[in-house]
Amino acid sequence: MTDFLNALVLLANFVLVPGLAYGAQLALGALGVTLVFGILRFANFAHGDLMAFGTMITILVTWWLQSLGVTLGPLPTALLALPVGMAGAVAFSLLADRAVFRFYRVRKAPAIVVVMASVGVMFMLNGIVRFAIGPDDQRFADGARFVIDARGWREMTGLAEALTIRLPVVITVVVAAAVVVWLFWFLQKTRMGKAMRAYSDNEDLALLSGINPERVVMVTWIIAASLATIAGTLYGLDKSFKPFTYFQLLLPIFAAAIVGGIGQPFGAIAGGFVIAFSEIILTYPFKRFLEYLGFSPESLVQLLSTEYKFAVSFVIMVIVLLIRPTGIFRGRVL
Amino acid sequence: MRSAIRNILAASVAGTFVLAAGAASAEDVKVGIILGFTGPLESITPGMAASAELAWKEVNDSGLLADKLVPVRVDSTCIDSAAATAAAERLVTAEKVAAIMGADCSGVTTAVLNNVAVPNGVVMISPSATSPALTEAKDNGFFFRTSPSDARQGEVMTDMLVAQGVKSVAVTYTNNDYGKGFADAFGAAFKKAGGTVTISAPHEDGKGDYSAEVAALQAAGGDLLVVLGYVDQGGVGIIRAATESGAFEKFALGDGMYGQSLIDAIGKDLEGTVGLIPAAEGEGADKFAAAAKAANIDPTSSYTGQSYDAAALIALAMQKAKSHDRTAIRDAVLDVANAPGEKILAGELAKGLQLLKDGKDIDYVGATNVELIGPGEAAGTYREYVVKDGKYETVKFH
Repeated sequence: MTDFLNALVLLANFVLVPGLAYGAQLALGALGVTLVFGILRFANFAHGDLMAFGTMITILVTWWLQSLGVTLGPLPTALLALPVGMAGAVAFSLLADRAVFRFYRVRKAPAIVVVMASVGVMFMLNGIVRFAIGPDDQRFADGARFVIDARGWREMTGLAEALTIRLPVVITVVVAAAVVVWLFWFLQKTRMGKAMRAYSDNEDLALLSGINPERVVMVTWIIAASLATIAGTLYGLDKSFKPFTYFQLLLPIFAAAIVGGIGQPFGAIAGGFVIAFSEIILTYPFKRFLEYLGFSPESLVQLLSTEYKFAVSFVIMVIVLLIRPTGIFRGRVL
Repeated sequence: MRSAIRNILAASVAGTFVLAAGAASAEDVKVGIILGFTGPLESITPGMAASAELAWKEVNDSGLLADKLVPVRVDSTCIDSAAATAAAERLVTAEKVAAIMGADCSGVTTAVLNNVAVPNGVVMISPSATSPALTEAKDNGFFFRTSPSDARQGEVMTDMLVAQGVKSVAVTYTNNDYGKGFADAFGAAFKKAGGTVTISAPHEDGKGDYSAEVAALQAAGGDLLVVLGYVDQGGVGIIRAATESGAFEKFALGDGMYGQSLIDAIGKDLEGTVGLIPAAEGEGADKFAAAAKAANIDPTSSYTGQSYDAAALIALAMQKAKSHDRTAIRDAVLDVANAPGEKILAGELAKGLQLLKDGKDIDYVGATNVELIGPGEAAGTYREYVVKDGKYETVKFH
């Protein structure tokens, strides 16, 4: 019995908890990508660096608050600074839309042209972030680190395996759930949300029924940039902030959006968790888990070594595009 | 960082003086410095280059060498072999250097050695390339290093762990020539001593999240986790993920993991961690420290002493060979570096040059107790430390 419990705790500690946190972070990022794709009709490559930009502002404000001695007690100060970061990312997105994307939208340029323009915006953000905060690792998490730490768990349960739950993980899951509930309420129940869905469904029909396209576009950018900042800040609190990592996150985020069905908010969330758990489960060695269950495997029982973690999301994305291009929830075809 | 900038300034000022002084002389001999002034080692290379130039300045000031040494710096980037080869090519063909101090990282050093130094017959003395693979390199005798091979460090680390009763370990290494070579060397030594390596897994530097790597290491298990990485890179990420998930409680660290920033980042969970760094103690090290401080170089910065020694060996070999012919320098390096002969410490280069001029033998000891073994690499002494009360404490020297 103890062995069985140990096996469960082991999986929870190294698969379930990290998968939940990572999945929630990917889902928030993928929601932004999917909204922009649904309404503005292009794949926004600048999304990863927009996350970095918003997070950077959050970090700078966090440091400023810390220097003033303002804290949230056990909660990280970054939560207090988050609205400022969101505002910064929103401001940048609206500016970029004004200066770049609107130019192409008015001309009804082909999607690929807009995608390339977004690559340009990505490099710009890349540069700004590195100029402002540098390319290095930044840690900005403060407050309590653990809800349950390894030692506490072992004393509490007497099990050999420990289940550690870090506060940032709890915050990530709670915030992500709250944001998702709000977003669905907004899209389903409010006038603006309905207008956005109508615009996404059929642009011309929506325009005929008197929907103001500029307002729809503006609200889309506000939501996407806010989601990006929230996702980036949660990722940074949980792991660490490094501009290049955020650029790399673009791949799993796109994979999540595509797997779920691009343009489908539900799909983005499902896709986020599918990608996160695939990456973790496929690279997790089950040796110790099986040992607790009474087997004695010779090898590590690991399908892929951890260097291939990024390849997992890539392979899933390619398979989905080949076999079911619309994704799980029948979204658009990229 | 500020001291690094000051070092660059000091070094470039020193360099200009050397250049200005050299311009008047008819017997200018250029000597190359190839280090990664950009890239992962950019924070320590200015100190290394300045230390090498310090040795050559000492030689020039003595006026005992027939030639005036003029340093030429190029960038090895530490990671881009093509760029390093091109830079070394420039040193050898355009600048026509007599010998090269460098390169720094094992990967680029191998590339420069194979593509430039051996084909052109130029001596390379690396202060910091520690990959065991370089011991077997087909170098025609043109390659030397003043830092020990990691094969030696692997043995020392094995001794240290066996002495502490460690039976099985999990190993993770930074995924490059240094990490791979070190991990292989340590694994072989540890198995030979009767221990078990449960897993030897690489980690990539510069990632945000190492929980998957740690999960694999934890599943394999072991008494402790051996981390052979970089302190400002993936190494610290691995340790953080391991302590936070409760996967490992004790760590043994390779030389790349030494730094105050690690203690600052991990805190009390690092208590009891053991590790090694290359160390030199004794009169030579003290003399070098004094000379370096006077020249505004931080002597505790990594590989400064080794760089000074590499540069000094080049100058002394020239004196011994009574020429700056590239092959003649090669043939003289081991003579001046090893016994027999009078011992020459750092800061005593003038004495060494004079003895050689008089036709006497010397045994260069320098800043880091230079003793070149095998195909011309440092035997190496290491300092074993343990983290206690948030501080590095020296246990003993190996």
